[in-house]
Amino acid sequence: MNRFAELLDRLVLTPSRNGKLTLLRDYFRDTPDPDRGLALATITGDLSIAAVKPAMLRALVTERMDPILFGYSYDYVGDLAETISLVWPEPADAPRANAVPTLGDVVARLQAASRSDGPTVVAGLLDRLDVPARFAVIKLVTGGLRIGVSSRLAKQALADLGKVDVAEIEELWHGLEPPYAALFAWLEGRAPKPEKGARALFRPVMLSNPVGDGDLDRLDPAAYAAEWKWDGIRVQVSAEGGLRRLYSRTGDDISGAFPDLVEAMDFDGVVDGELLVGRPPEWTGTFSDLQQRLNRKTVAAKMRAKYPVFVRCYDLLQAADEDLRGLGFGARRLRLERFVETLDPERFDLSPMVAFDDWADLDRLRKAPPHPVVEGVMIKERRSPYLAGRPKGPWFKWKRDPYTVDAVLMYAQRGHGKRSSYYSDYTFGVWSGPEATPELVPVGKAYFGFTDEELRQIDKFVRDNTIERFGPVRSVRADRQNGLVLEVAFEGLNRSQRHRSGVAMRFPRISRLRWDKPPAEADRIETLQALLD
Amino acid sequence: MRASDLLHPRPEGLYCPAGDFYIDPVRPVARALITHGHSDHARPGHANVLATRETLDIMGLRLGPGFAGATQAVPLGETVTIGDATVTFHPAGHVLGSAQIAVERGGVRIVASGDYKRQPDSTCAAFEPVACDVFITEATFGLPVFRHPPAGDEIAGLLRSVEQFPERAHVVGAYALGKAQRVIRLIRDAGYDRPIYLHGALEKISAYYESVGVDLGPLEPATVDRSAKGDFAGAIVVGPPSAFADRWARRFPDPISCFASGWMRIRQRARQGGVELPLIISDHSDWDELTGTIKETGAGEVWVTHGREEALVRWCQLEGIAARPLNLVGYEDEGD
Repeated sequence: MNRFAELLDRLVLTPSRNGKLTLLRDYFRDTPDPDRGLALATITGDLSIAAVKPAMLRALVTERMDPILFGYSYDYVGDLAETISLVWPEPADAPRANAVPTLGDVVARLQAASRSDGPTVVAGLLDRLDVPARFAVIKLVTGGLRIGVSSRLAKQALADLGKVDVAEIEELWHGLEPPYAALFAWLEGRAPKPEKGARALFRPVMLSNPVGDGDLDRLDPAAYAAEWKWDGIRVQVSAEGGLRRLYSRTGDDISGAFPDLVEAMDFDGVVDGELLVGRPPEWTGTFSDLQQRLNRKTVAAKMRAKYPVFVRCYDLLQAADEDLRGLGFGARRLRLERFVETLDPERFDLSPMVAFDDWADLDRLRKAPPHPVVEGVMIKERRSPYLAGRPKGPWFKWKRDPYTVDAVLMYAQRGHGKRSSYYSDYTFGVWSGPEATPELVPVGKAYFGFTDEELRQIDKFVRDNTIERFGPVRSVRADRQNGLVLEVAFEGLNRSQRHRSGVAMRFPRISRLRWDKPPAEADRIETLQALLD
Repeated sequence: MRASDLLHPRPEGLYCPAGDFYIDPVRPVARALITHGHSDHARPGHANVLATRETLDIMGLRLGPGFAGATQAVPLGETVTIGDATVTFHPAGHVLGSAQIAVERGGVRIVASGDYKRQPDSTCAAFEPVACDVFITEATFGLPVFRHPPAGDEIAGLLRSVEQFPERAHVVGAYALGKAQRVIRLIRDAGYDRPIYLHGALEKISAYYESVGVDLGPLEPATVDRSAKGDFAGAIVVGPPSAFADRWARRFPDPISCFASGWMRIRQRARQGGVELPLIISDHSDWDELTGTIKETGAGEVWVTHGREEALVRWCQLEGIAARPLNLVGYEDEGD
């Protein structure tokens, strides 16, 4: 349990992806079964244990200590789970040292607990653990570790451990159960690869590379097909022997959030496509509309009616018992066209192909797409099989040019790791309010897009123009005469109630430093608002 | 005689009329008794200073030779008469030279403990509980949430991380007086014998510790002209916490920032400071040490100063011990 607790503590404070991978890989390598598998399940969200309400935990601790002292403590720390883990009074007869429960012990006790004896079981565990382990247990029973690790990252760490491709793990994943002993045995070379036992498993998806300078010059346009790149989320629709699953592109099962779509999956096959809001063919909703449906555990009927979802299909990986991934794109496309005809037209339609003569022609089409929810074109080699991962060559994405806005640097925050001595995370704003007395309103935050040399220049500007400091954040001089104008590129704009400006940028990055531009000439909020509709 | 007649707060600091002296005054006075060398307790400009030999040496190093008109070194355990009062210095276990000061007159004894801790620390003399009528305690970590784990466990975590990330430098923030030397000593106790790299701000005090017999092992300056960044890969570097936000830190390859402080017990504190590896190592008492020490002294009355007074006062009330906050100004409640 202590190692697991230490892992959680390290992960939550480690900003870099590589750092997290090292911590996870070493933990999986050095921890015995079943603890490592249970830890993995807590991270991927595949472990179910009895939930205990925070109010119940609070009652447990105030039975054991002075409520006023608890109140002072909670006020200071601000987080209930952390406060309880710290103040929990250790029983005088604590059976310590040789009797620290393992993660396996803890999970077994929690899984055996009923709703009514849950709190007693939790109290018994807290009595036997130290501070970090208490924190881990409280997080487990209140749901949500929030350690900034996706299940995709955990799978990558497993791939690193076994020196296999992460796609192999994703493909197996949904047929496996905690504590994954067979998976670890395979990764450590002690057993063969687990059989794919279950139905409707995830197939690792094929990804594209962005078109780089000169990439297309070497390619024959006739060997490639093109289709629009729709601005939704990539999904895999998998139905097999009555089992229906909707997967994200990283293999997370997101069926629960889309019962309307799952209901229409009355076929046997695996389709690759874009999940969108709307009613095909006439209505295709924006990404903002789609966001209303993402990351929900349950969906009200009203929500389903207002934001119906459908899949715009672009590939067929499996039809009944036949695996089509070895066929060329052209052949698969023909099969897909016939297949989609048999599906519910309200929930599935076909991604239209884009005819073009040469790359210049396609470039024109890409820059002036026929629909606002199109963000560019996809280019696919006609003969290429469906390959897991991001092979270089067969698939390209060619996005329309990003939007740009001239904004003024308002706050800068110190970075992490390599950048811990640089102010490298920038909050920028545009002008709002009356023309005569405008004010800056923050519209976004960006921490890349600049070169190392530009980073040094901005860092110096921040240090030389600091007005106020709040911990790791500095506010910098930004008025009509003085300040740094940043040209910010972004992919789109969403309405946001969380931000004072009412807008949230997608994928913002610094595209140019405008040392030459007076801040008074930066853009106004109205420029951004015009992009919203 | 009443305790508050023997010692009471004045704007200059805690004052004893019977001996006409102050303890850790924040403004220049005629006669000052100093508990330890941290800058909020040991200030320059007093006419006469009484302190332990080590504290006087440290003041000299940090403040310059003319930091006081006259100084007098007081050996631990030896009773000195000043005016109508007698005073005795007892070890406080905080940093090298740190002392509690027992003040006595007419059968009343007050112990002003300064800053103190009870965890073992091989770089200074261990705290000795002194029976008294009134115990004056700090409350830097005076909340039940502050429970420092054994420092050795924290160092073990640091060394595991050094092994796990051999391509990165571990940069440990630790205050220049006391904490830095204790951390280095703990690293040595854990069997690490490679050179440890020091920020310039730590050199003088570390050399002083070594001169009085605290062996810190091989130390090297963390100077920028060590050429390539690769030289610091896998290294442990110790510097003052403020240096890590500074350009100074850029010389290290992808540093893991570590901070040795009792405040690191609180995750949000670590997160806000951009600390990747918090080391919960403190030179102040945690909640259990504070409450345990109060009981051990047998004091009927407790005066609580710098820190979170209210929780400790509440605890004393629950235990049936008279307690009140002692409002002294000028001490850094953030220090650790």
